[in-house]
Amino acid sequence: MRVNVTVNGEQRQADDVWEGESLLFMLRERLGLPGSKNACEQGECGSCTVYLDKVPVCACLVAAGQAQDREVTTVEGLADGDVLDPVQEAFVEAGAVQCGFCTPGLVVQAHDLLDRVPNPSDPEIREALAGNLCRCTGYEKILDAVRLAASRR
Amino acid sequence: MDFLRPETLAEALELKAARPDAVPIAGGTDVMVEMNYDHRRPSALLDLTRIPELQQWSDGLRVGAGVPYVRIIDELGAQLPGLAMAARTVGSPQIRNRGTVGGNLGAASPAGDTHPVLLASDAVIEVASVRGTRMIPAAEFYLGVKRNALEQDELIVAVHLTPAKGPQQFSKVGTRNAMVIAVCSFGISLFPEENRVGAAVGSAAPTPRRAGEAEQFLASALDFRNPKPLLDSVKREFGELVSQAASPIDDVRGSAAYRKHALAVMARRTLGWAWQELLDGERACA
Repeated sequence: MRVNVTVNGEQRQADDVWEGESLLFMLRERLGLPGSKNACEQGECGSCTVYLDKVPVCACLVAAGQAQDREVTTVEGLADGDVLDPVQEAFVEAGAVQCGFCTPGLVVQAHDLLDRVPNPSDPEIREALAGNLCRCTGYEKILDAVRLAASRR
Repeated sequence: MDFLRPETLAEALELKAARPDAVPIAGGTDVMVEMNYDHRRPSALLDLTRIPELQQWSDGLRVGAGVPYVRIIDELGAQLPGLAMAARTVGSPQIRNRGTVGGNLGAASPAGDTHPVLLASDAVIEVASVRGTRMIPAAEFYLGVKRNALEQDELIVAVHLTPAKGPQQFSKVGTRNAMVIAVCSFGISLFPEENRVGAAVGSAAPTPRRAGEAEQFLASALDFRNPKPLLDSVKREFGELVSQAASPIDDVRGSAAYRKHALAVMARRTLGWAWQELLDGERACA
């Protein structure tokens, strides 16, 4: 089937989409956007977090067809050209990125948190990121990055 | 495979009647896992996310089956505190942004987080087909492990719940707070004006289940008109009866013995919290 969807502000069209495939597969394999990562495929790890109509979701749990006529923002859509989003910049500066696999999902999820709660408490940050697994950092640097981004926004 | 995309409930019911094999999908938090893991290859998916009737609620309360958990937490928490508590324990923020009570009922997993609350608060499930609408009390909805009372041509449309008339509590045991399938869970609702108690267990029997004897014991042991601090013996007996209502199994998440023990503990504690809320309310009114 064909899926028409707005991705990162641009009208896109994906063809030959299998009816059972996920939004994540369509983004990565058909629309050339490999930023969102594919790991658990069951909504446990958060690596594929994207905005769907401005709400963060696990792209692996959205059927591609459900994105028809919707608006998707991936991690690729957060930066303004070469200028990184403050959340991305803070992740780099705080050393919150090691292998980098979980980073896109964490960046999108943290971005949403700071949009809703400009100055989150530590428990609020932890709760917001509870669905994003990171196996390298031990999370401390990630919390630093979110605090840093909050202080700059 | 076909991808069916109805825009109205009427259209969805027509499609479901014509294609009873079509698997309804809303938040996708269960269905897509089965698809991604090759556990399920239905001949069609029936996308319910475009149907406005399912995403709304009206006073009374009739909560559309497609209202995501996050909205129940943020917007219905004052009226449905027990359901909001259970919703808060579902998955992660991303999952709560997508997952729905309708999906919990459709999957009918014994471990579904909202089931004990729906049972303890006398929820009624509204299901519909081209043949008409049925109202099914939650206690009659769960038929077996991942089996519910839906006919092949029916869809879950809404859940009817009365705004809480007394304290409600929910408790769930798992290895961490987030992303946990319940080892076991428990919901309790007090109805002070009716001298009545609702209590139900989750993840501790082939279906979510009301603890009828525990409810009756508590209703007779509690004095709602003149509430006094709870006797330990009442809490203990209540916990024991809740535990007896369960028939859990040993599985990867926990042993049957542990579940029985944990249920008794959760029943005692949630009763204590609910009763304290009632006492505090009395004091505030005095």
